[in-house]
Amino acid sequence: MNHTAIAETTFEPVAGQRPAALASARTIHQVLTPFPVAYFAAALATDLAYWRTAEVMWERFSIWLIAGGLIMSALVALAAVSDLAFGKQRPAWFRALGYTAGVLVSLLNVFVHSRDGYTAVVPTGLTLSAVAVAILLLCAVAGGWNLTYRRGVRS
Amino acid sequence: MNCLKVNPTKLPRLAAVLAAGVASLALASCDDAGGDPRVQIGANPVLPAIQQYLVPPIRIAQPVPWGNDSPKVPQGLQIHALAKGFEHPRSLYVLPNGDVLVVESNGPKAPVFRPKDLITGVVQKLAGAKANDANRITLLRYGNGDSAPQLRSVFLEHLNSPFGVALIGHYLYVANTDAIVRYPYEDGQTQITAEGTKLTDLPGGPIDHHWTKAMVASPDGSKLYVGVGSNSNVAENGMEAERERAAIWEVDVATGAHRIYASGVRNPTGMQFEPETGKLWAIANERDEIGPDLVPDYLTSVKDGGFYGWPYSYYGQHLDPRVMPQRPDLVSRAIKPDYALSSHVAPLGLAMYTANSLPAHYRGGAFVGEHGSWDRTPLNGYKVVFVPFSGGTPSGPAEDVVTGFLDQNNHARGRPVGLAVDRTGALLIADDVGDTVWRVSSAAVSTASTQGH
Repeated sequence: MNHTAIAETTFEPVAGQRPAALASARTIHQVLTPFPVAYFAAALATDLAYWRTAEVMWERFSIWLIAGGLIMSALVALAAVSDLAFGKQRPAWFRALGYTAGVLVSLLNVFVHSRDGYTAVVPTGLTLSAVAVAILLLCAVAGGWNLTYRRGVRS
Repeated sequence: MNCLKVNPTKLPRLAAVLAAGVASLALASCDDAGGDPRVQIGANPVLPAIQQYLVPPIRIAQPVPWGNDSPKVPQGLQIHALAKGFEHPRSLYVLPNGDVLVVESNGPKAPVFRPKDLITGVVQKLAGAKANDANRITLLRYGNGDSAPQLRSVFLEHLNSPFGVALIGHYLYVANTDAIVRYPYEDGQTQITAEGTKLTDLPGGPIDHHWTKAMVASPDGSKLYVGVGSNSNVAENGMEAERERAAIWEVDVATGAHRIYASGVRNPTGMQFEPETGKLWAIANERDEIGPDLVPDYLTSVKDGGFYGWPYSYYGQHLDPRVMPQRPDLVSRAIKPDYALSSHVAPLGLAMYTANSLPAHYRGGAFVGEHGSWDRTPLNGYKVVFVPFSGGTPSGPAEDVVTGFLDQNNHARGRPVGLAVDRTGALLIADDVGDTVWRVSSAAVSTASTQGH
């Protein structure tokens, strides 16, 4: 992979006055987008383990993983907004919406997982974990981890 | 306040559909007010279908000071503050010479296993339940109770979240959260400085979800009965954490050996011997998060070897789907409790009335201190009720005796906990939010009129 260092500390709040190199730099949020997906996928794995074993430890792993994934999702959202505002980017609507849908399913899921006992996971929590991971992986396979396009470029 | 607010406008379609789904599910859990608690009082409570929440309701009563106000009692009774300025008084015990022990205690720090435990901590703080754990017993000595106590002394200090107290002969037994400790006691003593001797360990940390260990001595003084609450709402910490919990222990006073007298009682918070039959009765706090009217807390006679359902089933054999693996063998012999007090009232104090000075109506019945709900709309409990008994069993609906713990804005001026009957026959109430001990006595010498409403 041909790495391009992220231009650091050169963001300026005035639009249109940035060096050309920045426009071609990788976006910040792109680096972060895989994290929530990894958290939610891990939660799906621990959900499956809980479903098979009813061992409380797995359910606790799941709820922390989903909560952690949501915190990472919030960081992705912040980074994406910053990229849109300062990075000469425009939204990749299809991927951004798919990604948002996956995160919203996980938001629902964190509440279901906060229930006490077996029904925190089986069947609703486990189903939601699977749906969220399916949506997010589909988005990634279809279009990568970038939720924006560089302005003026179609990808 | 506990509802998710998602604004679906301007969100694209798929997201909007999902957001609406989230919002409707969340809102569905917000407007389900509980029904009339009266249909859940008595031998055959109405039990609605289980409801599982997305956002469990949290409805706490914000604490406000009493000022110069007092709780309310029906005509024929009067109430006044016996003493104020305690630190979270939880239970009361009356010594043979009339001295009253006030147990000031507030449980160990709860561990954080899941994100919701962080939220629970905040909620308890808002409800005024996070006071410092004084770990102390204070002694009050007073004459006929109409004036302030003549003596107030620190009776016993440096305990470990104490709750139950029982005197047998010249030994005072204190049920800390993790052990029963025995102290020598002589009549009239106002302070114990002697080292205690451990009689037996009790299930304590590291979780110690239900930490109070209620305790009563058998009439012959040979056994102690100890209420050991569960380590979770409904076994979500795993059944290994529930070893010998959710049970009433019978502890041999001579040896400290114990056996499980009854099990499946989620949180037995008070035990008394019914005076007419000599049977053991208990109050218990049932489980949360399956609806505003599930599961009713109860008052029941306790059968030797009896299993009362927790966690597998509630109110007899109603299965709880949150528990896996299930135990049909246990559920098939789960005993239905005798008398429902309605849901989430949190009974924490029990006193069978055997004295004479209150109106005759109260003779032989049970007073129950209902600490009050934190997860139900509208609020339930926050009062002391009276359950009449006849022939050794409850014989009518529970009557409100001491009310007014909530003000008009549903703020909690106090919350009743432990009860006791003092030497003069007056009812004492520990109030752990108002930090007061209240005393209820007859309003007049002639109390021909019976009570109740």
